[in-house]
Amino acid sequence: MIETALVDWSRLQFALTAGYHWLFVPLTLGLAVIMATMETIYVVKGDEFWKKTAKFWMKLFGINFAVGIATGIILEFEFGTNWSNYSWFVGDIFGAPLAIEGIFAFFMEATFFAVMFFGWNKVSKRVHLAATWLTGIGAAISAVWILVANSWMQHPVGMEFNPDTVRHEMVDFWALVLNPVAVSKFFHSVFSGWMTGSIFVIGISCWYLIKKQETRFALSSIRVAAIVGIVGTFAVMFSGDSSAIHVAEYQPMKLAAAEGLEEGGERAPFSIVPGVEVPGMLSILATHDIDGYVPGINNILEGYTNSSGEIIPSAEEKISRGKVAIEAFKEYRMLKDVDSLGAVQARKLLDSNIDYFGYGYINSQEELVPPVTLVYWAFRVMVGLGGFLLLLMVVILWAERKKTLANMKWLLWVALFSIPLVYIAGQAGWIVAEVGRQPWVIEGLLPVKAAVSSVSVEAVKTTFFLFVAIFTLFLVIELRILIKAIKEGPKVETK
Amino acid sequence: MITYEFLQQYWWFLISLLGGLLVFLLFVQGGNALIFLAGKNEGENELIVNSTGRKWELTFTTLVTFGGAFFASFPLFYSTSFGGAYWVWILILITFVLQAVSYEFQSKAGNLIGKTSFRVFLTLNGCLAPLLIGTAVGTFFTGSQFLVDKNAVGDIAAPVISRWANSWHGLEAVANPFNVEFGLMVMFLAISLGALYMINNIADDKLSSQLRRYLLMSFGCFLVMFLIVVFQLLTMDGYAVDADGIITMECGKYLNNFIQMPIVLAIFIVGALLLVVGVVISLLKASFKRGIWLAAPGTVLAVMAIFMIAGYNNTAYYPSSLDIQSSLTLSNSSSSEFTLYTMAIVSLIIPFVVAYIAYFWRQMDKKSLTSQELEETDKY
Repeated sequence: MIETALVDWSRLQFALTAGYHWLFVPLTLGLAVIMATMETIYVVKGDEFWKKTAKFWMKLFGINFAVGIATGIILEFEFGTNWSNYSWFVGDIFGAPLAIEGIFAFFMEATFFAVMFFGWNKVSKRVHLAATWLTGIGAAISAVWILVANSWMQHPVGMEFNPDTVRHEMVDFWALVLNPVAVSKFFHSVFSGWMTGSIFVIGISCWYLIKKQETRFALSSIRVAAIVGIVGTFAVMFSGDSSAIHVAEYQPMKLAAAEGLEEGGERAPFSIVPGVEVPGMLSILATHDIDGYVPGINNILEGYTNSSGEIIPSAEEKISRGKVAIEAFKEYRMLKDVDSLGAVQARKLLDSNIDYFGYGYINSQEELVPPVTLVYWAFRVMVGLGGFLLLLMVVILWAERKKTLANMKWLLWVALFSIPLVYIAGQAGWIVAEVGRQPWVIEGLLPVKAAVSSVSVEAVKTTFFLFVAIFTLFLVIELRILIKAIKEGPKVETK
Repeated sequence: MITYEFLQQYWWFLISLLGGLLVFLLFVQGGNALIFLAGKNEGENELIVNSTGRKWELTFTTLVTFGGAFFASFPLFYSTSFGGAYWVWILILITFVLQAVSYEFQSKAGNLIGKTSFRVFLTLNGCLAPLLIGTAVGTFFTGSQFLVDKNAVGDIAAPVISRWANSWHGLEAVANPFNVEFGLMVMFLAISLGALYMINNIADDKLSSQLRRYLLMSFGCFLVMFLIVVFQLLTMDGYAVDADGIITMECGKYLNNFIQMPIVLAIFIVGALLLVVGVVISLLKASFKRGIWLAAPGTVLAVMAIFMIAGYNNTAYYPSSLDIQSSLTLSNSSSSEFTLYTMAIVSLIIPFVVAYIAYFWRQMDKKSLTSQELEETDKY
């Protein structure tokens, strides 16, 4: 018997690891672009100032990078340690992007990270520059593959269920890679990293301006970072727009939860906060058509006809067809070696209900509704902060061009205190993506409770608190080291 | 012809290769095990940390890729072993997590718990990671207590297909002396490789002679463990699988595997000889610094051969001592033919990856590390 507590603690442990991992990864993605741009300017112009500037940000990059790696390895292995049934049930598909990530991306990062840090006097300027870029590109490539994997969980494509091996098997690799969800998720995540890197650099540079230190360094850094950040934010907005379309199409329950939409319809309103709505806006966002139909939570549970005229069965029917599928699966397994005719019939029944297989594990339709309040607010926090940060970057860049930034104390303080906000936005985004798809580990195919490993609740609790202690200690140490390094400063001006 | 069976064998070859490369790259761990032993003062400690510190990410990445490749090619192993031998893998992971931050944090101002603590983490990872990984690999021959029942997916209340049959969740492996001896063998090998690597990578005569002393000791211990393990391996019963997938105990299975696969035997002997020759010349000739470049290919080859006798020639590579038919074989635990084929195409990039790693390795290590370089440039 799988206990609810085991599922909950296993989820909590995964959420903890993923949440911590995503504190460090976006900065890696964004800062890499900023410092590589700076080093490019150094190589083109030959001005030592830019080398020192790039090197200072690299130092902070290195401090942050290590913790990202530490949390990342746990994530990979947790699929096995805590989600062992998942590992078999879909390992045929899911393992591939993880292996490719290692072969293509991690070796690139590992090799060129060392060249970037220790190779200044060992390789030529240009090769060093290439190494810096390749470190960042390696990080982005790793994002490609892990997000291909994640997107497959959100919108499984390119596979077939094989009752003989009892798992889903890959039949189309390119469907997996070119999954539309993966494409928009890649841009959305990676460019949100550019925002993180940008706000981080801007915030710290503003601190130097407040302290009236390293002015040239700070202003130059802000210029590069703001441009990278603004480009990133627009890309985040565009990919966010296509993400909304995909969620509406493939994960309508997530969308309904993110909107707190009980009853849907045509010209569905978008809720800014409870009580404040923009009429028809949700239909536009979700379908790019003001008359587009968006189902609410109750519609999804009761069954509805979607905008392309397809009849979506009620939750009750999905659950009962899921139970039929599981019974047919058992029947097939029992008969396959003894009664070939019976096995063929069971297989037919299974195949015609396979889309609802995962629903067979669901006991009541309430289980199919994710935690609405959390997802609703996480979405608003993400979008609200994203908008604010874009505005901030535009204002900062404008003030920098006007040469008034250094005197606008209030703006400098706002920028400094905006550093945590970009992290909160990133975490909120993942809460929408991951909590919003509960109870599914793979949308419609496998609920979390059928994916978990058979270990004791106590074991998972123990490792959970162990990880809390270790990660938190590392986070505290990292912040202290970063602050010390920032206080010590880049020392660009005291040559 | 590229058959399903060929692909399974090919992927086991890649797993063996990655396993071999991983054990070679454990020189990073082995080197760190010597921080407080071979390093007699801060300058020497710093040289050791910075020497292994420029390679640690490769080891780490190889471990991650080893895991990823195993997941992609033999997902039932990933599911059964990681989900079952929970504590062993968690412990291994934690030592690597401690290592991952330690290089970067150890000498930085504001690191809260001090330089020594982080170096202790490095040493802990240095000893425990090879020991635990070795112990875990020992169970590839001795077996573990688990059950695999794919029909469980039809059980709505308890759909888990792989179940560990004891509450120790992997820790019970230490109760079998063979596993522990295997672990110790890997640990002493890692330390020997670490010493060899640093003899080559660090230009410091005093440190070098200290390293040679520890090389002698660790390699001596390694040899004892190696002989014990090989003797047991050649005399123990093993898990054989027939054409129908039925698994039975076979007397002297691993000896038979060596005899029936003379190429694997040759790989093993050549590997072991290269390793021994690399170490012995290093010990005899103080001016000889390239021992690591004999021992490295030696290690890779010998470890590959060990993996090959575990999985090739109709052998169950991850046996269940509780329910012999639950044992994992190349054919009952692998990915589908399509996935193995697709990933085989992906694997064609590996030589290119190895080539650029080797190229930049040479670029970075043309000159051995000196304390002068550490003073003049960036360091951990």
